[in-house]
Amino acid sequence: MNWFIKAFTSTLGRKLVMSLTGLFLIAFLLVHAAGNLQLFHNDEGMSFNMYTVFMTGNPIIKTISYLLYATFVVHFLQSVIITIQNRKSRPQGYVKNVANANSKWSSRNMGILGTVILVFLVTHMVNFWAQYHWSEIPKKTYYTITFDGDEIHTAMKDTVQNIYTREQSMQMQNPTYENKVTDIKVHRVKDLYKTVEIAFKDEWLVILYLFGMLALSFHLLHGFQSAWQTLGVNHRKYVPIIKTVGWLYSTIIPALFAAMPLYFYFK
Amino acid sequence: MKFQLKIWRQANASVAGKMVDYTIDGVNPDMSFLEMIDVLNEELIRKNDTPVAFDHDCREGICGMCSMYINGRAHGPQKATTTCQLMMRHFTDGETIYVEPFRAKAFPIIKDLVVDRSSFDRIQDVGGFVSVNTGQVKDANNLPVEKEKADMAMDAASCIGCGACVAACKNASAMLFVSAKVSQYALLPQGQPERKIRVQKMVAQMDAEGFGGCTNTGACEAECPKEISISNIARMNREYFSAGLLQD
Amino acid sequence: MSILDSKIPEGPLETKWEDYKSHMKLVNPANKRKLEIIVVGTGLAGGAAAATLAELGYKVKTFCYQDSARRAHSIAAQGGINAAKNYKNDGDSVYRLFYDTIKGGDFRAREANVYRLAEVSANIIDQCVAQGVPFAREYGGLLDNRSFGGAQVSRTFYARGQTGQQLLLGAYSAMKRQVGLGNIEEYNRHEMLEVVKIDGKARGIIARNMVTGELERHFGHAVVLATGGYGNVFFLSTNAMGCNVTAAWKAHKSGAFFGNPCYTQIHPTCIPVSGDYQSKLTLMSESLRNDGRVWVPKSQVDCKKRPQDISEDDRDYYLERKYPSFGNLAPRDIASRAAKEACDDGRGVGESGLAVYLDFSDAIKRLGQATVQARYGNLFDMYHHITGENPYETPMRIYPAVHYTMGGLWVDYNLMTTVPGLYAAGECNFSDHGANRLGASALMQGLADGYYVLPYTIGNYLADEIFTKAIPTDHEEFEAAENKVRERIEKLLAVKGNQTVDDFHKKLGRIMWDYCGMARTAEGLDKAIVMVRELREEFWKDVRVTGQNNEMNPDLEKALRVADFIELGELMILDARNRNESCGGHFRTEFQDEGEAKRNDEKYAYVAAWEHNGVDEQPTMHKEELKYENIKLQTRSYK
Repeated sequence: MNWFIKAFTSTLGRKLVMSLTGLFLIAFLLVHAAGNLQLFHNDEGMSFNMYTVFMTGNPIIKTISYLLYATFVVHFLQSVIITIQNRKSRPQGYVKNVANANSKWSSRNMGILGTVILVFLVTHMVNFWAQYHWSEIPKKTYYTITFDGDEIHTAMKDTVQNIYTREQSMQMQNPTYENKVTDIKVHRVKDLYKTVEIAFKDEWLVILYLFGMLALSFHLLHGFQSAWQTLGVNHRKYVPIIKTVGWLYSTIIPALFAAMPLYFYFK
Repeated sequence: MKFQLKIWRQANASVAGKMVDYTIDGVNPDMSFLEMIDVLNEELIRKNDTPVAFDHDCREGICGMCSMYINGRAHGPQKATTTCQLMMRHFTDGETIYVEPFRAKAFPIIKDLVVDRSSFDRIQDVGGFVSVNTGQVKDANNLPVEKEKADMAMDAASCIGCGACVAACKNASAMLFVSAKVSQYALLPQGQPERKIRVQKMVAQMDAEGFGGCTNTGACEAECPKEISISNIARMNREYFSAGLLQD
Repeated sequence: MSILDSKIPEGPLETKWEDYKSHMKLVNPANKRKLEIIVVGTGLAGGAAAATLAELGYKVKTFCYQDSARRAHSIAAQGGINAAKNYKNDGDSVYRLFYDTIKGGDFRAREANVYRLAEVSANIIDQCVAQGVPFAREYGGLLDNRSFGGAQVSRTFYARGQTGQQLLLGAYSAMKRQVGLGNIEEYNRHEMLEVVKIDGKARGIIARNMVTGELERHFGHAVVLATGGYGNVFFLSTNAMGCNVTAAWKAHKSGAFFGNPCYTQIHPTCIPVSGDYQSKLTLMSESLRNDGRVWVPKSQVDCKKRPQDISEDDRDYYLERKYPSFGNLAPRDIASRAAKEACDDGRGVGESGLAVYLDFSDAIKRLGQATVQARYGNLFDMYHHITGENPYETPMRIYPAVHYTMGGLWVDYNLMTTVPGLYAAGECNFSDHGANRLGASALMQGLADGYYVLPYTIGNYLADEIFTKAIPTDHEEFEAAENKVRERIEKLLAVKGNQTVDDFHKKLGRIMWDYCGMARTAEGLDKAIVMVRELREEFWKDVRVTGQNNEMNPDLEKALRVADFIELGELMILDARNRNESCGGHFRTEFQDEGEAKRNDEKYAYVAAWEHNGVDEQPTMHKEELKYENIKLQTRSYK
């Protein structure tokens, strides 16, 4: 195992860890953003709340989520170690240093950007994740009716009632009529959607979120292509592709996230 | 041309240094930066002051000895240029110019602008070679090398070992230097037998010397007087991970 | 008869070296470990020698004044390295390379040495390739060649315009391997200031640690000097700022004879001087003359015009005109002198009128800019950097500059000087280039000496030294040598005069360039000898050296070097005065045939080896007659 520890504690090994954890987190962002698009469904939070149930209930996803927490912690701790080591490698700084002549601001400030993201993340987790897991939050009921083989989801008890009643009366008028409602499911779930809705009425929180996403965008702008460079993926044919994808990723994903608080604030 | 110079003066490694102001007049735009310092030194000697110590030798941009941090940039503001080939015509008359030594833990200051870069030598000692004794070889053309590969190896081999990459890097990392050497040999058939051990030893030595890690800012590539590409760093990463984690 | 014994082995030229190697004395591996060798200088010759000797098992110590062995000035060689590989199938052979070198050297080199050089040249390429030197290649993967001055075959191997760098880094890497293995101890930022002789043999050196100023004593069973040339005696040259004659000069003062000091190569293609502040001259590789055409206006009135405005008919492509068969590839001395003549004729161009054009417009038309860029891109960039002019658009301006010194410590076939156990290799010795060196031959000679000659010949000497125990450095000779150095340093620091070291160096350079440069006359040399002697006196009375000995003191380092340059200058002038003929890099205006050098083989077909008799004493000249058994002396013609 000595070789393994050696490989991961050298300067190169540490950055390999940063790269791999970073890429995993990047992948998570895509999943997270895609999932949270449910917030934009105008269905009293049904899609979102049901998605939340799925995400917290499925054992595979649960396992992955623990891996994610671990990844985040490793990414963070490793960055602290690297930063301390790197600082030590230049005990006395320059009187005059024009760093922006040779490198991008984001590439030199991953630590600061990461710290902003960390602050954002703590707030984010306290606001939603902790609420969901540990606090009593109001519940909401959703229904799934199986009608003529199709599933109809709704948050309106009345709708369910109406359909069912209509079918029953149809059947009463015509005994050969087959009731098309074959099943009704009642889900009683935590209404995280409501929590979100309320939270984002607070302009300070919205500002914090926007700021967090700005930091994330810059963090990704460097991190995305940097991760590939660290893995040794640097090829004159593919680097332009990685750079373009990285740029798109770093702007689109944070923009989607940023749209969410804005959506609720102005809703 | 006239300039205000702020130059780092430090008598030796054990005392503290500071920036000292000088004014220099009558600078010819066709002078090189080092010739400007020569003129300043002549003036200082005439005044019985101590001239500024600085490293320099070939003055044609190839030996890698000159090493100043000028106006916040390694080898000054001109792209792909060593200090010795930096011409005064690239500065504005009346400008204030900051001159500092390359700074890194692994490059301790010896005097004024002179630093000790023997850490680079020690990295080469552990693996920057092909183990072949004089005379043990076959005819040169018995070993064809793909032209493109040879050219890429040459790109990497053109490193002059000046240390600008370390000086410019916010982490004082030596990755560009080390990767250039690793790449040269990794690309050539001659380097294959020691490919694995070379990268491992050189990286270990690099770390032991106290150079920082790479955070892919690209500053090294931008400031390298020989424009060595950071694709070499990517190659070194591949070589290192493959040697340490994937191969037998 | 001469006391010089060149120790050339008997037998036919072609088998001398082979026979020598078969019959030389050997040292067994166990004994090698007990033998210590000091190598001063880590350029091509020193680096290659140190690595090879260490590979053989000797304990080696290397010294260089730079901060790393990799920075020796061999690194600046651009164009290439010659080797008789005949890869181009254009009729090259060992004999032809040998002949070209002798002829290029204007028949003033030793046949046996040059033949050996040509013989081992092919091995050098093999060795360098094996080390991973990235030579230029063709698409088939085989090595590429280019042609170079003074030859009609393509035998020059190159690595872009950085051949010297790549070869040096190859030798350096071999050295690094031995450092890593513990066989070489490196002493960088050390300057050798004295040879220590015990019972007539070289047994060590005194070196100054340039960081602390400490004087250190180092013992060696043998001492190798590979300290390069002395072109900086001219102040302005293409040499690195630190290149100096001190180590060789101390050896000379300790009994090593100095051979042909007046042979100086003036390189034709350098960037012209632009002002008095100028600290050095930059060479543009001679390879440029492969595709560039050298010209000046036919008429003086056109000189200040833009080159583009001068019509083809008004241009004088003087090299093509005078030397139709070699054209722009005429040897260096000839091309330099032709440039000087054109400028003396008032047809020089540029601000100072001391420049000629090197024009690539035809090559760009013929080959396209991309090809020209691939061949010479970095040289063009370098020119652009320095002058601010773009050579793709306007012709380069070039002028000759001091580049290489063919003279150096006299050595025998073993590369041993007249001091037993003291060797000289590379540019530091006088041996292979006669009165003029061909392009791409310096790299060849440095590596030949270091990789293939010294490691054998030094063994032949050390075989008799296996019973000599390492001599402790508190021996009285070490003490005496160190005191000598200390006194000289103290004396320099005590002068506290009014002129800077550079003031003196510039004055010396002026004298040497004016009277002992591209063209020399008896009258001028007589004048110069007086001037240099006066300069020496003035130096010791009025030089100002700042700082102390016990610190890093670049001013003191320079002063020590200039003091030696002044003494050397005197010897160069004496030698130039003595040689009443023109040959190669030594052109005496009195001896010419319509501008062509006129040799006097009857009287001067010898090596002048000078013995030092004290600073104020007339040195003694010893002659080594040059015997040409294999080739016929003839007038060198490139027409």
